[in-house]
Amino acid sequence: MPAFRPLLAAIAALIASAAQADINIGISLPLTGPASGLGIPMKNYIALWPQSIAGEKLNVIVLDDATDPTNGVKNAKRFVSEDKVDIIMGSAATPVAIAMADVAAESGTVQLAFSPAQLPAGRDYWTFRLPQSNAVMAHAMVEHMKSHGVKSVGFLGYTDAYGEGWLKDFSAVADKAGIKVIAAERFARSDTSVTAQALKLATANPDAMLIVASGSGAAMPEKAVVERGYKGKIYQTHAAATRDLMRIGGKDVEGTYVVSGPAVIAEQLPDSHPSKKLAIDFVQKYEKAYGAGSRNQFAGHAYDTVIVLEKVLPVALKKAKPGTKEFRAALRDAIENMGRTVFSHGVMNWTKEDHWGFTNETGVMLKVVNADWKVE
Amino acid sequence: MDFTIAGILMLDGVTNGAIYALLGLAIVLVFAITRVIFIPQGEFVAYGALTLAMLQIGVVPGTVWLLLVLALLAALLDALKALRRRITASRVGIGAIKTLAWPALVMLLSLWAAPRQLPLIAQSLLTLAIVTPLGPLVYRLAYEKLADASVLVLLIVSVGVHFALTGLGLVFFGAEGFRNPSFWDARFAAGALSVSGQTLIIFIVSVALMLSLFLFFEHTLRGKALRATAVNRLGARLMGISTSGAGRLSFGLAAFIGALSGLLIGPTTTMFYDTGFLIGLKGFVAAIFGGLASYPAAAVGALFVGLLESFGSFWASAFKEVIVFTVIIPVLLWRSFQHGQVDEEE
Repeated sequence: MPAFRPLLAAIAALIASAAQADINIGISLPLTGPASGLGIPMKNYIALWPQSIAGEKLNVIVLDDATDPTNGVKNAKRFVSEDKVDIIMGSAATPVAIAMADVAAESGTVQLAFSPAQLPAGRDYWTFRLPQSNAVMAHAMVEHMKSHGVKSVGFLGYTDAYGEGWLKDFSAVADKAGIKVIAAERFARSDTSVTAQALKLATANPDAMLIVASGSGAAMPEKAVVERGYKGKIYQTHAAATRDLMRIGGKDVEGTYVVSGPAVIAEQLPDSHPSKKLAIDFVQKYEKAYGAGSRNQFAGHAYDTVIVLEKVLPVALKKAKPGTKEFRAALRDAIENMGRTVFSHGVMNWTKEDHWGFTNETGVMLKVVNADWKVE
Repeated sequence: MDFTIAGILMLDGVTNGAIYALLGLAIVLVFAITRVIFIPQGEFVAYGALTLAMLQIGVVPGTVWLLLVLALLAALLDALKALRRRITASRVGIGAIKTLAWPALVMLLSLWAAPRQLPLIAQSLLTLAIVTPLGPLVYRLAYEKLADASVLVLLIVSVGVHFALTGLGLVFFGAEGFRNPSFWDARFAAGALSVSGQTLIIFIVSVALMLSLFLFFEHTLRGKALRATAVNRLGARLMGISTSGAGRLSFGLAAFIGALSGLLIGPTTTMFYDTGFLIGLKGFVAAIFGGLASYPAAAVGALFVGLLESFGSFWASAFKEVIVFTVIIPVLLWRSFQHGQVDEEE
């Protein structure tokens, strides 16, 4: 039957392409919802990813989780059962990434989390985080506080996993340095006023104020604190290290200390910083595609993801074929044994005990001077 | 807690309460006239604040195109309806021109004004001109055909409209927040309290708006027609009042109040595309105080919500939203004990 020939050929081609086994990557990002400011730049950089790594074609599936843990879990389940992915990535929103970790663990698939997801000990066997842990960043911040004679700190943070995570990690690091957190207040990103919280903190009058918020949401609480006549030092976390802080905060945020990963301040890094070369490469690539000044902490994580893939895929490919359980296990082992690797965001060293990985030399302290960043 | 702290908290609470009061009034207004529980009320707040923010940075806001597209859809639907009823082409044309004239004018004005960095007050007026007509168009497209459906169906439509408008907000304004410049930068010290000019503006505008609403409902024919529709839809229709016209007018008022609230609150906080929802929800809590029927009770409820929020943040900031929204339960209990079972559906 000659009429069936093309059909047969098509089926054969289909089977062949399936057997060729691309590497499937499932990425869940908050493209809408409160954390979309983090997810969108990541998607932008993912669009610049190479088509193939180690001779294997990358098949990247990006789904929106709308900053909703339920959607994140749904996406992760789809990746595992329908798309048969070799690796799960995401989400950039902490609560979503935490929820997805369970699916990754159940199915035995590596999860590269794009957020500092706190998981109980042992539950992160399959999860590796790309952002700096709060503890690593708090380390840089506490060092800075120590050298500036800060003894007491007031905490004003989001009432979510990011805020709580910072409070816990910062308190632990600060305690060792003899710095006390004397007051802790919470707020939500959508709050129209934080006057009451700022008032309570200003009354406690700590030496320094730590504000834990992200993106353009970080300016409002700081303005409220300044408005209540607080004169001490103000610190912000790495999620606030975007130009939105100055755009919205204006002159009220002058003199603020912000801890940051090295990627966003590439040009200002001292030549001795290990990440300088990669950071500049990232900034050039990203800003070439999306315009000057568009650089962003989270796009940097998408850049670092490629570094991880380039390093671990060849190792895992030697052990097993993509699409199999063995390949996923080999990937996990390869990531865990990747060793000291320089990222655009610092120096990564994942080990069996530590799936956070960034070393203490990673965090950089910045100061807002004349509406621009200045490395301290 | 001493007097100063209490004073600052009260001021903060009343300022936010004034905004909630405006939104509460709009929600009561819409519900009374159309029986729609208008969840997207808050979206107009965000649209108002962010449309102004876009004009501030010299960009034509996406809401202009939304307005144009909605108007085109409405004109198209009208034309289809007219065709079915075999109405002459010239009358269809006139109807379409009536629907499209204002959006087209606003579009041209925005295209002209956006790059010119007009004074803040002119941009604010333009913002109102862009956002207010969205209200009647939303009613025309989403609710009008369902005007006689049950409250539940209308509520479900509201949820849909809310999600659609929030999503569009993300497309138009991006994920990052904006803070608008203050209308009046002055500060007044009264003892330890310091009142900013913007706070005063919020009070003055809120009170003025409530007064003018009162006058509108008591002393104008249209206002009386709206009240008649609220009391009895069928009766109003028998008296020659167009209920769909009343619906559009009430949505127009709601959009206007929303946009105005956005302009008022924009300089005191960072607005995101989705911030409006929670603000609107607090307005809704306030409206519940008034049983979705009484304007003064809604206004008092709004002040209470604002104060509760402010003092709640001071004492237990981690539980602030819990405190505010839990208050609905005793209020609902109290209202239902007071009024007994009311079946609105039949």
